[in-house]
Amino acid sequence: MPKTVFEPSIKSRPTYGVLEHRPGTAHLMVADAEGAQALLDLAHSAPPTLWTQAMIVYIPGRSGQQFTQALANLSPSQLHISPSYAAAQPRLHKILQTAHAGLQIYLAGTESLMGQAQAAAMAVGVPHRAVQMEHRGSLARRVQCVHCKGITENVTTDPFECSHCGLNLFVRDHYSRRIAAFQGVNIDAEDPGQVPPAVERFT
Amino acid sequence: MSMSHNKIPVTVAEVVTLNPLIKRFRFVRRDGASLPAFSGGAHVVVEMDDHGTRRMNPYSLMSAPSDTTGYEISVRRDDVGRGGSLYLHQHVKVGDDLVISAPVNLFGLDLQAKKHLMLAGGIGITPFIAQMALLSAMAGRFELHYAARNPGLAAYADDLRARYGDRVQLYYDDQDQKIALAPLLAGQPLGTHLYVCGPKGMIDWVRRTATDMGWPQQCVHYEEFLAPPTGKPFQVELAASQKTITVGPDQSLLEAIEAAGVDAPYLCRGGACGQCETDVVSCDGHIQHHDHWLSDEEKATGHKIMPCVSRFEGRSLVLDR
Ligand code: FES
Repeated sequence: MPKTVFEPSIKSRPTYGVLEHRPGTAHLMVADAEGAQALLDLAHSAPPTLWTQAMIVYIPGRSGQQFTQALANLSPSQLHISPSYAAAQPRLHKILQTAHAGLQIYLAGTESLMGQAQAAAMAVGVPHRAVQMEHRGSLARRVQCVHCKGITENVTTDPFECSHCGLNLFVRDHYSRRIAAFQGVNIDAEDPGQVPPAVERFT
Repeated sequence: MSMSHNKIPVTVAEVVTLNPLIKRFRFVRRDGASLPAFSGGAHVVVEMDDHGTRRMNPYSLMSAPSDTTGYEISVRRDDVGRGGSLYLHQHVKVGDDLVISAPVNLFGLDLQAKKHLMLAGGIGITPFIAQMALLSAMAGRFELHYAARNPGLAAYADDLRARYGDRVQLYYDDQDQKIALAPLLAGQPLGTHLYVCGPKGMIDWVRRTATDMGWPQQCVHYEEFLAPPTGKPFQVELAASQKTITVGPDQSLLEAIEAAGVDAPYLCRGGACGQCETDVVSCDGHIQHHDHWLSDEEKATGHKIMPCVSRFEGRSLVLDR
Protein backbone atom coordinates (compact mmCIF):
# COMPACT_ATOMS: atom_id res chain seq x y z
CA MET A 1 0.00 0.00 0.00
CA PRO A 2 1.32 3.46 -0.87
CA LYS A 3 2.00 5.61 2.18
CA THR A 4 0.44 8.73 0.66
CA VAL A 5 -3.19 8.57 -0.38
CA PHE A 6 -4.27 11.09 -3.01
CA GLU A 7 -7.82 12.21 -3.74
CA PRO A 8 -9.11 10.85 -7.04
CA SER A 9 -8.46 13.43 -9.74
CA ILE A 10 -8.11 14.04 -13.46
CA LYS A 11 -5.99 11.79 -15.66
CA SER A 12 -3.08 14.20 -16.00
CA ARG A 13 -2.49 14.15 -12.24
CA PRO A 14 0.36 11.67 -11.63
CA THR A 15 -0.14 8.72 -9.34
CA TYR A 16 2.57 6.85 -7.50
CA GLY A 17 3.21 3.31 -6.42
CA VAL A 18 5.49 1.46 -4.06
CA LEU A 19 9.10 0.85 -5.04
CA GLU A 20 9.94 -2.74 -5.81
CA HIS A 21 13.19 -4.38 -6.71
CA ARG A 22 13.47 -5.13 -10.42
CA PRO A 23 16.24 -6.95 -12.22
CA GLY A 24 18.74 -4.62 -13.84
CA THR A 25 22.41 -4.15 -14.60
CA ALA A 26 22.59 -0.99 -12.45
CA HIS A 27 20.20 0.86 -10.16
CA LEU A 28 19.82 4.61 -9.80
CA MET A 29 17.88 5.92 -6.81
CA VAL A 30 16.99 9.54 -6.31
CA ALA A 31 15.21 10.60 -3.13
CA ASP A 32 14.53 13.67 -1.06
CA ALA A 33 13.62 14.09 2.64
CA GLU A 34 11.23 11.31 3.80
CA GLY A 35 11.75 9.60 0.44
CA ALA A 36 14.76 7.98 2.15
CA GLN A 37 12.30 5.83 4.05
CA ALA A 38 11.00 4.35 0.83
CA LEU A 39 14.56 3.21 0.01
CA LEU A 40 15.01 1.82 3.51
CA ASP A 41 11.73 -0.07 3.14
CA LEU A 42 12.85 -1.37 -0.23
CA ALA A 43 15.89 -2.82 1.54
CA HIS A 44 13.58 -5.15 3.51
CA SER A 45 12.46 -6.97 0.39
CA ALA A 46 15.35 -6.45 -2.03
CA PRO A 47 18.35 -8.80 -2.20
CA PRO A 48 21.52 -7.28 -0.64
CA THR A 49 23.21 -7.48 -4.05
CA LEU A 50 20.95 -4.64 -5.16
CA TRP A 51 23.00 -2.17 -3.15
CA THR A 52 26.33 -3.17 -4.63
CA GLN A 53 24.99 -1.96 -8.00
CA ALA A 54 23.11 1.04 -6.60
CA MET A 55 23.87 4.73 -6.89
CA ILE A 56 21.87 6.89 -4.48
CA VAL A 57 21.41 10.62 -4.92
CA TYR A 58 19.82 12.03 -1.76
CA ILE A 59 18.58 15.53 -0.98
CA PRO A 60 17.84 15.62 2.78
CA GLY A 61 15.79 18.87 2.72
CA ARG A 62 13.56 19.24 5.75
CA SER A 63 14.62 15.84 7.13
CA GLY A 64 18.14 17.07 7.87
CA GLN A 65 20.55 14.38 9.05
CA GLN A 66 17.78 12.00 10.08
CA PHE A 67 18.23 9.40 7.34
CA THR A 68 21.70 9.91 5.95
CA GLN A 69 23.40 7.37 8.21
CA ALA A 70 20.76 4.73 7.54
CA LEU A 71 21.24 5.22 3.80
CA ALA A 72 25.00 4.91 4.18
CA ASN A 73 24.43 1.68 6.11
CA LEU A 74 22.86 0.16 2.99
CA SER A 75 26.40 0.34 1.51
CA PRO A 76 25.37 1.50 -1.94
CA SER A 77 28.16 1.62 -4.52
CA GLN A 78 27.75 5.41 -4.52
CA LEU A 79 25.94 7.79 -2.17
CA HIS A 80 25.75 11.46 -3.05
CA ILE A 81 24.19 13.89 -0.58
CA SER A 82 23.11 17.14 -2.16
CA PRO A 83 21.68 20.34 -0.68
CA SER A 84 19.08 20.76 -3.44
CA TYR A 85 17.85 19.21 -6.64
CA ALA A 86 19.51 22.00 -8.60
CA ALA A 87 22.82 21.08 -6.99
CA ALA A 88 22.33 17.40 -7.75
CA GLN A 89 21.27 17.97 -11.33
CA PRO A 90 24.67 18.00 -13.09
CA ARG A 91 25.62 14.71 -11.45
CA LEU A 92 22.29 13.17 -12.27
CA HIS A 93 22.55 14.19 -15.90
CA LYS A 94 26.05 12.79 -16.10
CA ILE A 95 24.90 9.47 -14.66
CA LEU A 96 21.98 9.27 -17.10
CA GLN A 97 24.01 10.25 -20.11
CA THR A 98 26.69 7.65 -19.54
CA ALA A 99 24.40 4.87 -18.30
CA HIS A 100 23.62 1.74 -20.25
CA ALA A 101 20.27 0.20 -21.06
CA GLY A 102 19.32 -2.05 -18.18
CA LEU A 103 19.56 0.77 -15.63
CA GLN A 104 16.59 0.71 -13.23
CA ILE A 105 15.43 4.04 -11.92
CA TYR A 106 13.77 4.45 -8.50
CA LEU A 107 12.46 7.84 -7.33
CA ALA A 108 11.08 8.58 -3.87
CA GLY A 109 9.96 11.65 -1.99
CA THR A 110 8.20 14.80 -3.11
CA GLU A 111 6.41 15.22 -6.40
CA SER A 112 8.70 18.04 -7.39
CA LEU A 113 11.80 15.89 -7.04
CA MET A 114 10.31 12.83 -8.69
CA GLY A 115 8.80 14.82 -11.52
CA GLN A 116 12.06 16.58 -12.34
CA ALA A 117 14.15 13.41 -12.13
CA GLN A 118 11.61 11.58 -14.30
CA ALA A 119 11.76 14.37 -16.88
CA ALA A 120 15.57 14.09 -16.88
CA ALA A 121 15.28 10.34 -17.51
CA MET A 122 12.75 10.89 -20.28
CA ALA A 123 15.12 13.35 -21.92
CA VAL A 124 17.64 10.54 -22.45
CA GLY A 125 14.98 8.26 -23.92
CA VAL A 126 13.71 6.32 -20.88
CA PRO A 127 9.95 5.69 -21.21
CA HIS A 128 8.18 7.49 -18.37
CA ARG A 129 6.35 4.36 -17.31
CA ALA A 130 9.64 2.53 -16.84
CA VAL A 131 10.56 4.86 -13.96
CA GLN A 132 9.35 3.73 -10.54
CA MET A 133 8.10 6.39 -8.15
CA GLU A 134 6.92 6.35 -4.55
CA HIS A 135 5.56 9.47 -2.90
CA ARG A 136 6.72 10.23 0.65
CA GLY A 137 6.66 13.37 2.70
CA SER A 138 5.46 16.82 1.75
CA LEU A 139 2.65 17.36 -0.71
CA ALA A 140 4.04 20.76 -1.65
CA ARG A 141 3.75 21.36 -5.36
CA ARG A 142 5.94 22.72 -8.08
CA VAL A 143 3.67 25.03 -10.07
CA GLN A 144 4.13 26.78 -13.35
CA CYS A 145 2.33 30.08 -13.84
CA VAL A 146 0.52 29.76 -17.18
CA HIS A 147 0.87 33.53 -17.67
CA CYS A 148 4.57 34.29 -17.11
CA LYS A 149 5.75 30.61 -17.32
CA GLY A 150 7.76 31.09 -14.14
CA ILE A 151 7.96 28.10 -11.82
CA THR A 152 7.32 28.42 -8.09
CA GLU A 153 8.60 25.63 -5.87
CA ASN A 154 7.10 24.39 -2.62
CA VAL A 155 3.62 25.74 -3.09
CA THR A 156 1.52 24.70 -0.10
CA THR A 157 -1.47 27.04 -0.35
CA ASP A 158 -4.20 27.56 -2.89
CA PRO A 159 -4.40 30.19 -4.23
CA PHE A 160 -0.85 31.50 -3.97
CA GLU A 161 1.09 34.39 -5.36
CA CYS A 162 3.34 33.67 -8.35
CA SER A 163 6.92 34.21 -7.20
CA HIS A 164 7.78 35.66 -10.61
CA CYS A 165 4.96 37.92 -11.82
CA GLY A 166 2.99 38.28 -8.61
CA LEU A 167 -0.38 37.19 -10.00
CA ASN A 168 -2.72 35.30 -7.67
CA LEU A 169 -2.80 31.75 -8.98
CA PHE A 170 -5.27 28.96 -8.51
CA VAL A 171 -3.47 25.57 -8.45
CA ARG A 172 -4.90 23.05 -10.88
CA ASP A 173 -4.42 19.27 -10.93
CA HIS A 174 -3.43 19.65 -14.56
CA TYR A 175 0.17 18.43 -14.74
CA SER A 176 2.89 18.62 -17.38
CA ARG A 177 5.25 15.68 -17.30
CA ARG A 178 7.76 17.43 -19.52
CA ILE A 179 8.35 20.33 -17.15
CA ALA A 180 7.29 18.35 -14.06
CA ALA A 181 4.90 21.02 -12.79
CA PHE A 182 1.25 21.66 -12.04
CA GLN A 183 -0.50 24.52 -13.72
CA GLY A 184 -1.31 27.78 -11.91
CA VAL A 185 -4.03 30.01 -13.39
CA ASN A 186 -4.85 33.60 -12.43
CA ILE A 187 -7.84 33.55 -10.13
CA ASP A 188 -8.85 37.25 -10.18
CA ALA A 189 -8.54 38.07 -13.86
CA GLU A 190 -12.21 39.09 -14.14
CA ASP A 191 -12.42 40.96 -10.84
CA PRO A 192 -8.95 42.09 -9.85
CA GLY A 193 -8.51 41.95 -6.11
CA GLN A 194 -11.32 39.43 -5.57
CA VAL A 195 -9.03 36.71 -4.22
CA PRO A 196 -10.44 34.00 -1.95
CA PRO A 197 -8.37 33.38 1.20
CA ALA A 198 -5.42 31.05 0.71
CA VAL A 199 -5.98 27.56 2.13
CA GLU A 200 -3.16 25.19 3.12
CA ARG A 201 -3.91 22.37 0.72
CA PHE A 202 -0.53 20.81 0.05
CA THR A 203 1.31 20.07 3.25
CA MET B 1 -14.45 -2.61 -37.69
CA SER B 2 -15.08 -3.84 -41.17
CA MET B 3 -12.00 -4.43 -43.23
CA SER B 4 -13.61 -4.47 -46.64
CA HIS B 5 -13.17 -0.75 -47.33
CA ASN B 6 -9.42 -1.11 -46.88
CA LYS B 7 -8.73 -3.35 -49.86
CA ILE B 8 -6.45 -2.35 -52.67
CA PRO B 9 -6.58 -4.09 -56.08
CA VAL B 10 -3.02 -4.59 -57.32
CA THR B 11 -1.10 -6.19 -60.14
CA VAL B 12 2.12 -8.13 -59.70
CA ALA B 13 4.79 -6.02 -61.39
CA GLU B 14 7.87 -8.07 -60.57
CA VAL B 15 8.81 -11.46 -59.16
CA VAL B 16 12.45 -12.04 -58.21
CA THR B 17 13.86 -15.36 -57.00
CA LEU B 18 16.42 -14.43 -54.36
CA ASN B 19 17.46 -17.89 -53.29
CA PRO B 20 15.96 -21.37 -53.25
CA LEU B 21 13.52 -20.39 -50.50
CA ILE B 22 12.76 -16.73 -50.91
CA LYS B 23 10.99 -14.76 -53.64
CA ARG B 24 10.33 -11.07 -53.77
CA PHE B 25 7.10 -9.66 -55.20
CA ARG B 26 6.39 -6.09 -56.25
CA PHE B 27 2.80 -4.88 -56.40
CA VAL B 28 1.49 -1.77 -58.15
CA ARG B 29 -2.04 -0.43 -58.12
CA ARG B 30 -4.19 -1.75 -60.91
CA ASP B 31 -5.50 1.75 -61.67
CA GLY B 32 -1.95 3.14 -61.82
CA ALA B 33 -2.49 5.51 -58.90
CA SER B 34 -0.05 5.73 -56.02
CA LEU B 35 -0.34 3.52 -52.96
CA PRO B 36 -0.91 4.82 -49.43
CA ALA B 37 2.23 5.90 -47.60
CA PHE B 38 3.30 3.59 -44.77
CA SER B 39 5.82 3.54 -41.97
CA GLY B 40 8.68 1.06 -41.53
CA GLY B 41 7.47 -2.15 -39.90
CA ALA B 42 4.03 -2.12 -41.54
CA HIS B 43 2.51 -5.18 -43.14
CA VAL B 44 -0.21 -5.87 -45.68
CA VAL B 45 -2.52 -8.85 -45.88
CA VAL B 46 -2.36 -10.54 -49.28
CA GLU B 47 -5.53 -12.30 -50.41
CA MET B 48 -5.23 -15.37 -52.54
CA ASP B 49 -7.72 -17.71 -54.08
CA ASP B 50 -5.84 -20.97 -53.61
CA HIS B 51 -7.91 -23.34 -55.73
CA GLY B 52 -11.15 -22.42 -54.02
CA THR B 53 -9.73 -21.70 -50.55
CA ARG B 54 -9.38 -18.04 -49.71
CA ARG B 55 -6.02 -17.38 -48.06
CA MET B 56 -5.13 -14.11 -46.41
CA ASN B 57 -1.54 -13.97 -45.25
CA PRO B 58 0.24 -11.01 -43.65
CA TYR B 59 3.63 -9.94 -45.06
CA SER B 60 5.87 -7.08 -43.93
CA LEU B 61 6.50 -4.36 -46.47
CA MET B 62 10.19 -4.10 -47.26
CA SER B 63 10.27 -1.39 -49.91
CA ALA B 64 11.30 2.12 -48.92
CA PRO B 65 8.40 3.82 -47.11
CA SER B 66 8.97 6.88 -49.29
CA ASP B 67 8.21 4.86 -52.46
CA THR B 68 4.45 4.93 -53.09
CA THR B 69 4.68 3.67 -56.67
CA GLY B 70 4.78 0.09 -55.45
CA TYR B 71 5.02 -2.21 -52.44
CA GLU B 72 7.49 -5.06 -52.08
CA ILE B 73 7.26 -8.16 -49.92
CA SER B 74 9.56 -11.15 -49.56
CA VAL B 75 8.02 -14.54 -49.10
CA ARG B 76 9.77 -17.55 -47.68
CA ARG B 77 8.39 -20.80 -48.99
CA ASP B 78 6.96 -22.96 -46.24
CA ASP B 79 6.63 -26.50 -47.51
CA VAL B 80 4.80 -27.85 -44.49
CA GLY B 81 2.53 -24.88 -43.84
CA ARG B 82 -1.02 -24.43 -45.01
CA GLY B 83 -0.14 -23.23 -48.43
CA GLY B 84 -0.28 -19.42 -48.70
CA SER B 85 3.45 -19.08 -49.27
CA LEU B 86 3.56 -22.11 -51.57
CA TYR B 87 0.74 -20.63 -53.60
CA LEU B 88 2.62 -17.36 -54.02
CA HIS B 89 5.79 -19.22 -54.96
CA GLN B 90 4.25 -21.62 -57.41
CA HIS B 91 1.33 -19.81 -58.98
CA VAL B 92 1.71 -16.05 -58.80
CA LYS B 93 3.38 -14.49 -61.84
CA VAL B 94 4.02 -11.03 -63.24
CA GLY B 95 0.78 -9.53 -64.52
CA ASP B 96 -1.48 -11.41 -62.07
CA ASP B 97 -4.13 -9.49 -60.21
CA LEU B 98 -4.33 -9.73 -56.42
CA VAL B 99 -6.05 -7.87 -53.64
CA ILE B 100 -4.09 -6.59 -50.65
CA SER B 101 -5.14 -4.72 -47.52
CA ALA B 102 -4.03 -1.19 -46.75
CA PRO B 103 -0.82 -1.25 -44.66
CA VAL B 104 -1.10 -1.60 -40.90
CA ASN B 105 1.84 -1.10 -38.58
CA LEU B 106 2.02 -3.20 -35.43
CA PHE B 107 5.81 -3.05 -35.31
CA GLY B 108 6.57 0.63 -35.64
CA LEU B 109 9.73 2.37 -34.53
CA ASP B 110 9.50 4.33 -31.31
CA LEU B 111 11.03 7.61 -32.33
CA GLN B 112 11.62 8.64 -28.70
CA ALA B 113 14.45 6.11 -28.72
CA LYS B 114 18.04 7.36 -28.62
CA LYS B 115 19.09 4.34 -30.63
CA HIS B 116 17.39 1.44 -32.40
CA LEU B 117 18.88 -2.01 -31.94
CA MET B 118 17.41 -4.49 -34.44
CA LEU B 119 17.68 -8.26 -34.29
CA ALA B 120 16.51 -10.26 -37.29
CA GLY B 121 16.29 -14.00 -37.77
CA GLY B 122 15.87 -15.37 -41.30
CA ILE B 123 12.95 -13.89 -43.20
CA GLY B 124 12.33 -11.65 -40.15
CA ILE B 125 14.71 -9.25 -41.91
CA THR B 126 11.95 -7.73 -44.06
CA PRO B 127 10.39 -5.11 -41.75
CA PHE B 128 13.87 -3.88 -40.82
CA ILE B 129 14.74 -3.15 -44.44
CA ALA B 130 11.95 -0.56 -44.56
CA GLN B 131 12.78 0.74 -41.09
CA MET B 132 16.46 1.20 -41.87
CA ALA B 133 15.57 3.11 -45.05
CA LEU B 134 13.46 5.42 -42.87
CA LEU B 135 16.07 5.80 -40.15
CA SER B 136 18.94 6.44 -42.49
CA ALA B 137 16.90 9.13 -44.26
CA MET B 138 16.36 10.90 -40.94
CA ALA B 139 19.90 10.25 -39.65
CA GLY B 140 18.61 8.05 -36.82
CA ARG B 141 21.02 5.87 -34.91
CA PHE B 142 20.59 2.16 -35.53
CA GLU B 143 22.36 -1.18 -35.63
CA LEU B 144 21.15 -4.44 -37.18
CA HIS B 145 22.18 -7.94 -36.13
CA TYR B 146 20.98 -10.43 -38.71
CA ALA B 147 21.16 -14.18 -38.20
CA ALA B 148 20.48 -16.65 -41.02
CA ARG B 149 21.10 -20.32 -41.63
CA ASN B 150 23.85 -19.72 -44.18
CA PRO B 151 25.06 -16.96 -46.52
CA GLY B 152 23.00 -18.37 -49.39
CA LEU B 153 19.80 -17.89 -47.44
CA ALA B 154 20.66 -14.51 -45.97
CA ALA B 155 18.53 -12.51 -48.36
CA TYR B 156 19.66 -8.91 -48.80
CA ALA B 157 22.69 -9.36 -46.51
CA ASP B 158 25.15 -8.10 -49.14
CA ASP B 159 22.91 -5.19 -50.10
CA LEU B 160 22.48 -4.12 -46.53
CA ARG B 161 26.18 -4.44 -45.81
CA ALA B 162 26.96 -2.32 -48.84
CA ARG B 163 24.41 0.31 -47.87
CA TYR B 164 24.97 0.52 -44.12
CA GLY B 165 28.48 -0.87 -43.55
CA ASP B 166 29.35 -1.75 -39.98
CA ARG B 167 25.89 -0.96 -38.75
CA VAL B 168 24.93 -4.35 -40.15
CA GLN B 169 26.38 -7.47 -38.47
CA LEU B 170 25.80 -10.92 -39.93
CA TYR B 171 25.71 -14.30 -38.20
CA TYR B 172 25.49 -17.68 -39.92
CA ASP B 173 24.27 -20.80 -38.12
CA ASP B 174 26.29 -23.12 -40.36
CA GLN B 175 29.46 -21.29 -39.31
CA ASP B 176 28.47 -21.57 -35.66
CA GLN B 177 28.08 -17.84 -35.32
CA LYS B 178 25.62 -16.70 -32.73
CA ILE B 179 24.59 -13.24 -31.60
CA ALA B 180 26.36 -12.62 -28.27
CA LEU B 181 23.18 -11.23 -26.82
CA ALA B 182 24.03 -10.46 -23.19
CA PRO B 183 27.16 -8.40 -23.95
CA LEU B 184 25.39 -6.75 -26.87
CA LEU B 185 22.52 -5.62 -24.66
CA ALA B 186 24.78 -4.62 -21.80
CA GLY B 187 26.71 -2.25 -24.03
CA GLN B 188 23.75 -0.24 -25.33
CA PRO B 189 23.24 3.34 -24.22
CA LEU B 190 20.30 4.11 -21.95
CA GLY B 191 17.26 4.98 -24.04
CA THR B 192 17.93 2.28 -26.67
CA HIS B 193 14.91 0.43 -28.02
CA LEU B 194 15.20 -3.19 -29.04
CA TYR B 195 13.31 -4.73 -31.97
CA VAL B 196 13.22 -8.42 -32.79
CA CYS B 197 11.59 -10.26 -35.68
CA GLY B 198 12.26 -13.88 -36.47
CA PRO B 199 11.38 -17.39 -35.35
CA LYS B 200 9.53 -17.88 -32.09
CA GLY B 201 12.54 -19.34 -30.29
CA MET B 202 14.62 -16.28 -31.11
CA ILE B 203 11.91 -13.85 -30.03
CA ASP B 204 11.46 -15.67 -26.72
CA TRP B 205 15.22 -15.74 -26.10
CA VAL B 206 15.65 -12.06 -26.83
CA ARG B 207 12.66 -10.96 -24.76
CA ARG B 208 13.64 -13.13 -21.81
CA THR B 209 17.26 -11.96 -21.83
CA ALA B 210 16.25 -8.30 -22.11
CA THR B 211 13.76 -8.60 -19.24
CA ASP B 212 16.32 -10.33 -17.03
CA MET B 213 18.77 -7.55 -17.77
CA GLY B 214 16.33 -4.85 -16.74
CA TRP B 215 15.12 -3.57 -20.10
CA PRO B 216 11.71 -1.95 -19.65
CA GLN B 217 9.01 -3.71 -21.60
CA GLN B 218 8.20 -0.42 -23.37
CA CYS B 219 11.66 -0.61 -24.97
CA VAL B 220 11.34 -4.15 -26.32
CA HIS B 221 9.34 -4.62 -29.52
CA TYR B 222 8.76 -7.85 -31.34
CA GLU B 223 6.81 -9.20 -34.24
CA GLU B 224 6.06 -12.75 -35.04
CA PHE B 225 3.53 -13.77 -37.60
CA LEU B 226 2.16 -17.03 -36.40
CA ALA B 227 0.86 -19.05 -39.28
CA PRO B 228 -2.56 -20.37 -38.27
CA PRO B 229 -1.97 -23.96 -37.21
CA THR B 230 -3.78 -26.75 -38.96
CA GLY B 231 -5.85 -29.29 -37.06
CA LYS B 232 -8.99 -31.39 -37.01
CA PRO B 233 -12.10 -29.88 -38.57
CA PHE B 234 -14.67 -28.50 -36.10
CA GLN B 235 -18.07 -26.83 -36.05
CA VAL B 236 -18.87 -23.43 -34.65
CA GLU B 237 -22.14 -21.62 -34.17
CA LEU B 238 -22.11 -17.88 -34.87
CA ALA B 239 -24.87 -16.58 -32.61
CA ALA B 240 -25.20 -13.02 -33.88
CA SER B 241 -25.34 -14.01 -37.54
CA GLN B 242 -27.29 -17.22 -36.86
CA LYS B 243 -25.03 -19.44 -38.86
CA THR B 244 -23.28 -22.72 -38.20
CA ILE B 245 -19.98 -23.15 -39.96
CA THR B 246 -17.42 -25.90 -40.35
CA VAL B 247 -13.74 -25.02 -40.10
CA GLY B 248 -11.63 -27.16 -42.42
CA PRO B 249 -8.38 -28.84 -41.35
CA ASP B 250 -6.12 -26.28 -43.04
CA GLN B 251 -8.43 -23.32 -42.70
CA SER B 252 -8.41 -20.92 -39.75
CA LEU B 253 -11.57 -20.12 -37.81
CA LEU B 254 -11.33 -16.53 -39.05
CA GLU B 255 -11.11 -17.70 -42.65
CA ALA B 256 -14.13 -19.94 -42.16
CA ILE B 257 -16.12 -17.04 -40.66
CA GLU B 258 -15.20 -14.90 -43.65
CA ALA B 259 -16.01 -17.69 -46.09
CA ALA B 260 -19.52 -17.80 -44.58
CA GLY B 261 -19.96 -14.17 -45.57
CA VAL B 262 -19.67 -12.80 -42.02
CA ASP B 263 -17.56 -9.68 -41.65
CA ALA B 264 -15.08 -10.09 -38.79
CA PRO B 265 -12.39 -7.70 -37.58
CA TYR B 266 -8.68 -8.45 -37.93
CA LEU B 267 -5.36 -6.71 -38.42
CA CYS B 268 -2.44 -9.11 -38.08
CA ARG B 269 -4.08 -12.49 -38.67
CA GLY B 270 -1.26 -13.85 -36.56
CA GLY B 271 -2.48 -13.84 -32.97
CA ALA B 272 -0.64 -10.69 -31.95
CA CYS B 273 -2.74 -7.56 -32.36
CA GLY B 274 -5.92 -8.38 -30.43
CA GLN B 275 -8.21 -7.03 -33.12
CA CYS B 276 -10.09 -10.27 -33.79
CA GLU B 277 -10.89 -11.00 -30.11
CA THR B 278 -14.31 -12.63 -29.95
CA ASP B 279 -16.58 -13.45 -27.00
CA VAL B 280 -17.44 -17.06 -26.40
CA VAL B 281 -21.15 -17.51 -25.64
CA SER B 282 -20.82 -21.13 -24.64
CA CYS B 283 -18.24 -23.82 -24.96
CA ASP B 284 -18.55 -27.53 -24.38
CA GLY B 285 -15.07 -28.75 -25.16
CA HIS B 286 -11.58 -27.37 -25.31
CA ILE B 287 -10.39 -24.17 -27.00
CA GLN B 288 -6.87 -24.52 -28.40
CA HIS B 289 -5.49 -21.03 -27.83
CA HIS B 290 -2.55 -20.31 -30.11
CA ASP B 291 -2.36 -16.52 -29.77
CA HIS B 292 0.04 -14.18 -27.92
CA TRP B 293 -2.77 -11.80 -27.07
CA LEU B 294 -4.92 -13.26 -24.29
CA SER B 295 -3.39 -13.61 -20.85
CA ASP B 296 -3.02 -17.08 -19.38
CA GLU B 297 -5.95 -16.35 -17.05
CA GLU B 298 -8.15 -15.28 -19.94
CA LYS B 299 -7.20 -18.40 -21.82
CA ALA B 300 -8.06 -20.52 -18.80
CA THR B 301 -11.54 -19.03 -18.35
CA GLY B 302 -12.41 -19.70 -21.99
CA HIS B 303 -14.57 -16.59 -22.33
CA LYS B 304 -12.62 -15.29 -25.32
CA ILE B 305 -11.05 -16.67 -28.47
CA MET B 306 -8.77 -15.25 -31.17
CA PRO B 307 -10.21 -16.77 -34.38
CA CYS B 308 -7.20 -15.89 -36.55
CA VAL B 309 -5.07 -18.64 -34.99
CA SER B 310 -7.05 -20.58 -32.37
CA ARG B 311 -9.04 -23.75 -32.84
CA PHE B 312 -11.52 -25.90 -30.95
CA GLU B 313 -12.06 -29.51 -30.12
CA GLY B 314 -15.22 -30.80 -28.45
CA ARG B 315 -18.96 -30.88 -28.61
CA SER B 316 -20.07 -27.32 -29.25
CA LEU B 317 -18.73 -23.80 -29.45
CA VAL B 318 -20.98 -20.74 -29.78
CA LEU B 319 -19.42 -17.36 -30.55
CA ASP B 320 -20.85 -13.87 -30.31
CA ARG B 321 -20.25 -13.02 -33.95
S1 FES C 1 -6.14 -10.60 -36.10
FE1 FES C 1 -4.57 -9.96 -34.77
S2 FES C 1 -4.86 -11.28 -33.10
FE2 FES C 1 -6.25 -12.03 -34.53
